[in-house]
Amino acid sequence: MIEVTNLRKTYNGNTVLNIEHLKINKGESFGLVGNNGAGKTTLFSLLLDLIEPTTGEVKIKEIQVNKSEAWKPLVAAFLDETFLIGYLTPEEYFYFIGELRNQNKATVDALLRKHEDFFNGEILNNKKYLRDLSKGNQKKVGIIATLIGNPEIIILDEPFANLDPTTQFRLKKIITDLAESGDVTILVSSHDLAHTTEVSNRIVAMHKGQVVKDIQTSAETLTELEEFFAV
Amino acid sequence: MFKKFLWLEWKAFTRSSAFGTNLALKILMGLAALYFIAVFLGLGVGVYFIIDEELHQDPLVVVNKFMVYYFAFDLLIRVMMQKLPVINIRPLLNLPVKRSTIVNFAMAKTFASFFTIMHAFSFIPFSIVLLSHGYDPVGVLLWWVAMWAMIYCNNLINILINNKSWLFITVMALMAAFAISQYYSVFDVTLITGVYYQYLFSTYYMALIPLAVLAGLWVFTHKFLTKHLYLDTGLKGKHEIAQTQDFTWLNRFGNMGTFLKNDIKLLLRNKRSKTTLIMSVLFIFYGLLFYTGGIEIYDNQPMKVFASIFVTGGFLLTFGQFVPSWDSAYYQLMMSQNIQYREYIASKWWLMVIGTIVTTALASFYLYFGFEIYLMIIAGAVFNIGVNSLLVLLGGAFIKTPIDLSSSKQAFGDKNAFNVKTFIISLPKMLVPIALFVIGNYIKGPLLGYGLIAGTGLLGLVFRNAAFKAIERIYKSQKYSTIAAYKEKN
Repeated sequence: MIEVTNLRKTYNGNTVLNIEHLKINKGESFGLVGNNGAGKTTLFSLLLDLIEPTTGEVKIKEIQVNKSEAWKPLVAAFLDETFLIGYLTPEEYFYFIGELRNQNKATVDALLRKHEDFFNGEILNNKKYLRDLSKGNQKKVGIIATLIGNPEIIILDEPFANLDPTTQFRLKKIITDLAESGDVTILVSSHDLAHTTEVSNRIVAMHKGQVVKDIQTSAETLTELEEFFAV
Repeated sequence: MFKKFLWLEWKAFTRSSAFGTNLALKILMGLAALYFIAVFLGLGVGVYFIIDEELHQDPLVVVNKFMVYYFAFDLLIRVMMQKLPVINIRPLLNLPVKRSTIVNFAMAKTFASFFTIMHAFSFIPFSIVLLSHGYDPVGVLLWWVAMWAMIYCNNLINILINNKSWLFITVMALMAAFAISQYYSVFDVTLITGVYYQYLFSTYYMALIPLAVLAGLWVFTHKFLTKHLYLDTGLKGKHEIAQTQDFTWLNRFGNMGTFLKNDIKLLLRNKRSKTTLIMSVLFIFYGLLFYTGGIEIYDNQPMKVFASIFVTGGFLLTFGQFVPSWDSAYYQLMMSQNIQYREYIASKWWLMVIGTIVTTALASFYLYFGFEIYLMIIAGAVFNIGVNSLLVLLGGAFIKTPIDLSSSKQAFGDKNAFNVKTFIISLPKMLVPIALFVIGNYIKGPLLGYGLIAGTGLLGLVFRNAAFKAIERIYKSQKYSTIAAYKEKN
């Protein structure tokens, strides 16, 4: 589904990301862990063609992302709050994304109804613009918006940060449900090793821009990761 | 503690984005500041001699008579423009600093604001002129102290009535009523207030009143602010009540309608874009300077043609030059969505076209100055739609300044917004129509001139798609650097 080859990103001679080869298969639930500055967000930005690779290439379904834009309908992402439009209400934002993904209002409404408990009554019909919502509630909006239009690939950067415990549980359920369907490839990054091992069936650990671990999740994974990061 | 605060202020000042601008802009800003200082100095010195020579009355009496309106106007300007320094207080709250100290500093800081200092440039020279003409020095000093106390009072009143717009509107309505009734000689409020201001000079005890009021206001404001120094009361930003709007009638435009809907919301819901809308309305009246013949150097045909571009193009020029920067806050989202650049550009273009048509209709009052003037305006509108709309989009593609939608300040001059490429692209916006008019006028007469302007506009419409393609290419080639530039907060 996603293939990364010889990908390298350098800022002023300082290499922040260097991945020789990484292949993410269809239906995989891919967890990315690492400390600050490990290159997680850089990798996601490169997958989305938001920054230019210094060398190498990213291919989504055999489409090279910085050559063609045909991958865009397949991918939905929420990296940070700059993916939200502050002056819209949550409903308007969902419909806007829906229209860009060729979904009519009824389909979007159905999706929102399905995730009503995820919003916990704090998002819809609240007479607030997105810019006035709390960080956690903004995140809820951004996450649900990535589900609009049944994308084949969903990329979430630090989705668990800023969320309350109940919402974290619900988010884990959403991600595992999607992963079980086998049609959706989900990429999730996190600082939280426990969350990531729970929702991902494959975990990649990054350190200083390089892949240092690539494991299929098993019962021992969490301990293995904790040992690795406990320095 | 105050010394530490001052150190913070100094850092905030020297590291503010205004200082990061390039040298040329700094010089320009310096010149503008000097200009205002000169105007106020001239006002301070000049007003004495003008009244003395023209009206043959005691200048101080006349100044005192109208002083009440001066202070009302000062308050108006303050309420509209002066921002209160609430944001900078937040990080201090949980530090071992007394609340009272924070409030004192925040209040003292407003005393040093531009809106207060400005008055020094008119009051000090006026007082000096008074002294040099043999007015009682003690009286002048007391008058001066009283005026300064009242300026400070205005400053504190502004803090108190902030967010209480009904109070402010009542006061302003009252002042307007006074002014009107004075103009029609129904009731002259200055007969009362003038005496008060004059007494500040002529008696030695009257100046105590404004000083006492100032002291009272200080204590009151201090109490008020201390009580409101909590994150959920005084330090909370304003939250508007949001209404979900559908604009379903725009759905018929397909994907372009999606963007149009968004752009309309963008315009209506953000401070910065609202400023743009107000400015484009003001531009409609810019033509009055030219068409009335009131100003001699403007009273010729080429200059009037120049004006006609601005009358209808106010919105187009002020909005269009910052496409795509309007979407800078969420540009990453736009770039990762399935968006066709063409539709994106076309929706902005249509918005400008609609704006131009609306302003042209609004400008129909210029028919009062004759049919030919309006013909000129229509020709300008066609040129704006056909040619200038494409030129501003082309110029905007090179501007990579992120726009802070919640701040209205930037609208009057952006750092980086001024660059050579944009400047070169913007020159033909005004020069070409003037040149076309001069050519047409020379060959056959003004009507051919207008015809040439409108004709070129129509020609622009023909080449619209080619221009869109060129702009699209620029967007694509600049994609990464634009995203990177928008990520930097100013």
